[in-house]
Amino acid sequence: MTKQQANWSPYDFNGGTCVAVAGADYCVIAADTRMSTGYNILTRDYSKICKLADKSLLASSGFQADVRALQKNLEARHQIYQHQHNKQMSCPAMAQLLSNTLYYKRFFPYYAFNVLGGLDNEGKGCVFTYDAVGSYEKVGYSSQGSGSKLIMPFLDNQLKSPSPLLLPAQDAVTPLSELEAIDLVKTAFASATERDIYTGDKLEIVVLNREGIRREYMELRKD
Amino acid sequence: MGYKFVILRPYCASPLTMVPYVTGTSVIGIKYKDGILIAADMGGSYGSTLRYKSIERLKAIGKHSLLGASGEISDFQELLRYLDELILYDNMWDDGNSLGPKEVHSYLTRVMYNRRNKFNPLWNSVVLGGVKNGQKYLGMVNMIGVHYQDNHVATGFGNHLAVPILRDEWREDLSFEEGIKLLEKCMRVLIYRDRSAVNKLQVVEEWVVQSIAKITEEGVSISPPYSLKTFWEFSAFKNPTAGAAGSW
Repeated sequence: MTKQQANWSPYDFNGGTCVAVAGADYCVIAADTRMSTGYNILTRDYSKICKLADKSLLASSGFQADVRALQKNLEARHQIYQHQHNKQMSCPAMAQLLSNTLYYKRFFPYYAFNVLGGLDNEGKGCVFTYDAVGSYEKVGYSSQGSGSKLIMPFLDNQLKSPSPLLLPAQDAVTPLSELEAIDLVKTAFASATERDIYTGDKLEIVVLNREGIRREYMELRKD
Repeated sequence: MGYKFVILRPYCASPLTMVPYVTGTSVIGIKYKDGILIAADMGGSYGSTLRYKSIERLKAIGKHSLLGASGEISDFQELLRYLDELILYDNMWDDGNSLGPKEVHSYLTRVMYNRRNKFNPLWNSVVLGGVKNGQKYLGMVNMIGVHYQDNHVATGFGNHLAVPILRDEWREDLSFEEGIKLLEKCMRVLIYRDRSAVNKLQVVEEWVVQSIAKITEEGVSISPPYSLKTFWEFSAFKNPTAGAAGSW
């Protein structure tokens, strides 16, 4: 008897791209708002960015049901943390929690590609980049998702991150101003939209700085 | 990215559902000026046989929501049992509050996702819409838990045939008549082009009449089944082999 092949997969790929850039006193987190399946667009207006804590924002793409479950999981854990410690979680703490949460499902992973952005306890921008099973790294900028292979090389060229192997360790946050960083992100997404079918419709940008949180939108190509 | 799972054979004595048996086809939903409109045909297919032609795939849930399901009909009935219990417990609180469409959609999403996690999905794609306190809501969930809200949603073949029409012609201020016409336009295309569709459909409407942000009337009504007029008198149908000469 030939081996029965599965006719059902518990995963789907809903597309989308996420980017985050850390600055000296700000962090920019951006993601497109298109949700797709196969060659269809399900909706043009779905946010991939989730506020986990006052100073931590998570942008995730991949399989939307897993992304949403992950966001809810972390939001709930943050509520518990607040009850127990009477304070908000710091971004590096949230980074570790996200890594542990992802690895917990190492043998049935959350199909989510994450970028965590926020401000650390000194108010400096920080960005953490993840794979689907929780391996993470603190970086100055990152992109994940379907357009990441188009955006990452561009960011590498424009933001010239110092090698993580240098000793003493050099700061990875960009010296660019907030407005310059936002402009860079917009350019990156406009380019990715041209060539990646899963990226487009609208860009959602969230900026975190010492004044608080700010959200802005930019139209992208809808084809 | 490709995960290959070797699952138990479909006919063995396993409680895991991996193959649908009796299925309903597309459901389409739109928001219109005064509320929500959802349409679905009444067919239940058994593979390629159009076995059942009077299945009601649209149901009112609680005071505020409408559910339309495509996919395995028995799993749809199971979903109705889950929702019955949910609404019952909500009513038993007797606290003057009632679950709105957003809450029911969230509940359904969690149910579908949890079943998917246990590799025993409810083989459905559902449209969940409703109005509460004047706020319109329209969402979709499918069997692996993928969900979204929008001004227009569709399941199954509706995604391919109806959504392009809705993207082109939907407007925020559609009147009831215009909304029905739009839905019927989509259903007509589905009847022509989806082999599992039957020309017998129902439309459910949830409406709220507001005067300057105050709700004066709210209601749900499911239409009796009706058919759409279709045209088959194309000359090419009358003599199908006219363009292809041959001996048979």
